[in-house]
Amino acid sequence: MSKRLVSKRPVPPPTAATERPVTRLCLTAVALAFLALFLVLPVIVVFSEALAKGVTVYLETFDDPDARAAIELTLLVVAIAVPLNLVFGVAASWAIAKFEFRGKSLLITLIDLPFSVSPVVSGLIYVLLFGSQGLFGPWLEAHDIKILFALPGIVLATMFVTFPFVARELIPLMQEQGSLDEEAALTLGARGFRIFFTITLPNVAWGLLYGVLLCTARAMGEFGAVSVVSGHIRGVTDTMPLHVEILYNEYNFVAAFAMASLLTLMAVVTLAAKTVLEMHYGDALARTTRI
Amino acid sequence: MDIRIVGVSKAFGRTGALRGLDLEISAGELIALLGPSGSGKTTLLRVIAGLEFPDTGQVYFGNEDATGLAVQERQIGFVFQHYALFKHMTVFDNIAYGLRVRRRGTATEIAARVGELLELVQLTDFAARHPRQLSGGQRQRVALARALAVDPRVLLLDEPFGALDAKIRRDLRRWLRELHDRTGHTTVFVTHDQEEAIELADRVAILNGGRIEQVGTADDIYDRPATAFVMSFVGDTSAIPVGFDGHRPSFEGRAFDTCLLGPHRGPGLFYVRPRDVEVTAPEAAAITGKVRTVHRTATGLRTQISPGTTDTLIEIELDSSAKVKAGSQVGLRFLRGRLFGVRG
Repeated sequence: MSKRLVSKRPVPPPTAATERPVTRLCLTAVALAFLALFLVLPVIVVFSEALAKGVTVYLETFDDPDARAAIELTLLVVAIAVPLNLVFGVAASWAIAKFEFRGKSLLITLIDLPFSVSPVVSGLIYVLLFGSQGLFGPWLEAHDIKILFALPGIVLATMFVTFPFVARELIPLMQEQGSLDEEAALTLGARGFRIFFTITLPNVAWGLLYGVLLCTARAMGEFGAVSVVSGHIRGVTDTMPLHVEILYNEYNFVAAFAMASLLTLMAVVTLAAKTVLEMHYGDALARTTRI
Repeated sequence: MDIRIVGVSKAFGRTGALRGLDLEISAGELIALLGPSGSGKTTLLRVIAGLEFPDTGQVYFGNEDATGLAVQERQIGFVFQHYALFKHMTVFDNIAYGLRVRRRGTATEIAARVGELLELVQLTDFAARHPRQLSGGQRQRVALARALAVDPRVLLLDEPFGALDAKIRRDLRRWLRELHDRTGHTTVFVTHDQEEAIELADRVAILNGGRIEQVGTADDIYDRPATAFVMSFVGDTSAIPVGFDGHRPSFEGRAFDTCLLGPHRGPGLFYVRPRDVEVTAPEAAAITGKVRTVHRTATGLRTQISPGTTDTLIEIELDSSAKVKAGSQVGLRFLRGRLFGVRG
């Protein structure tokens, strides 16, 4: 009797997640081919073009003072824009997730605005505001303050475009966590800033780090908005992406791709950092969202 | 520390509001706030804590008017329903948090105090763990130790055993009672579980619709319910609409004999406990009914009978040997019951 039962054990019915091996193979192949064609191949091209005339030539392109200036400017912009966006992003998410107020949904929509607006338009806004024909142009000129075609304009444009990254990462996290931990800290006698730094911030630390990484990557690579406000003054207001374009238009392919390879490298490092963090602190990351 | 709540009202969306509520809690007492969800029991607890502020009314801690005091100034201990332990801190740091915030002594003194508390909640070996490495019952005890760390004037617990399974719940309940008897904190806890309230608390306050229906010992609320709500909320009851002829209640025009408890004499609802109903032969009975369902339970039979021509169901407990069949006609005798006038 029992023998018969064993021998007649039915094959488990296919679930929604089990496909035939052929189907699985095809789907995987399509996905991989797509990735190779649109992501891996371009990266390879960037590096092969950059190294086309050998490592020495590749390295020499960075000796150019204009190239140096572009790299320094980009790092400076990132160093200003990212910390500011970090502060604003945390403040905005804190306000949205922990408090009820009028105009909250409007604020959430506004935070998303830079995502939906073309970066060129974002740049143009600053031209219309601070340009010599713009709203504040005459006043700025009278007081000899340069915003457009100078560092402040580039920083502003970069901040505008990268503003959503930190906030977007934090808002859902904070909303999910609610205010219970903060209330617990209140009952233990803690106040505003102490609660923020000992409870709220550690609770969202990993999400915050991820947001900052994304924000940094985007701030380094922003082209459109910066292009409009920078004025393309070589060695002065040229950021790395702008410099790539200039070099490329001058048919200086090795130098253009060398600069591009640096940007790509930065992006790869950012992604690698994120992956390593997730591998090592994956539980910690998940922990901040759950329990 | 005595706590007096005087005429407290708090308007909220739709549920959980308080409507002119009074309550006195004596020092060292363990009192339960019991009520259905939306009755305002958690809101009341949060008002005492200072996490919510009443629209009207006062909260007194002893003789001090604490109504306007911020939560940090009230010196209360609060245990949240899901504990709200700080996930990124060890058990030790969780318990030490309040002591550090309030600057209660040097690092060594704080460590000593945390050590005492860990011993009190029997978690000495767990000081270096993180909350996620603890079981539900252990987390609960950490939350309690954290709340007790700052020597609260009153300990407030929101559904303290709500998230635990039945066995741990019973153990913790007994343990909390012992702890209370040892430390003597004035303790208020919220629960929707009447068994928990009755077993654990010195007194039980029953809330309904933002008001207190009755405050009393387990005997008071079970044997001398003040309102129809308390009668039906605590323990099983069935109710039938009755008239009154001056001496006896009557059901569908037929007066019946019973031992009437409580002060109300007049038409209204007649409430009866399942064990206070007997099934008799239908011929001689003043009230007859039709048996709807019969279930076997652990201790006997449980049957539902609809009396007279109504669809009202009366729950009755019988011996497992009783011969009652679904669909048959039986007589009903009410040994004792309680009359309440219909409100409004």
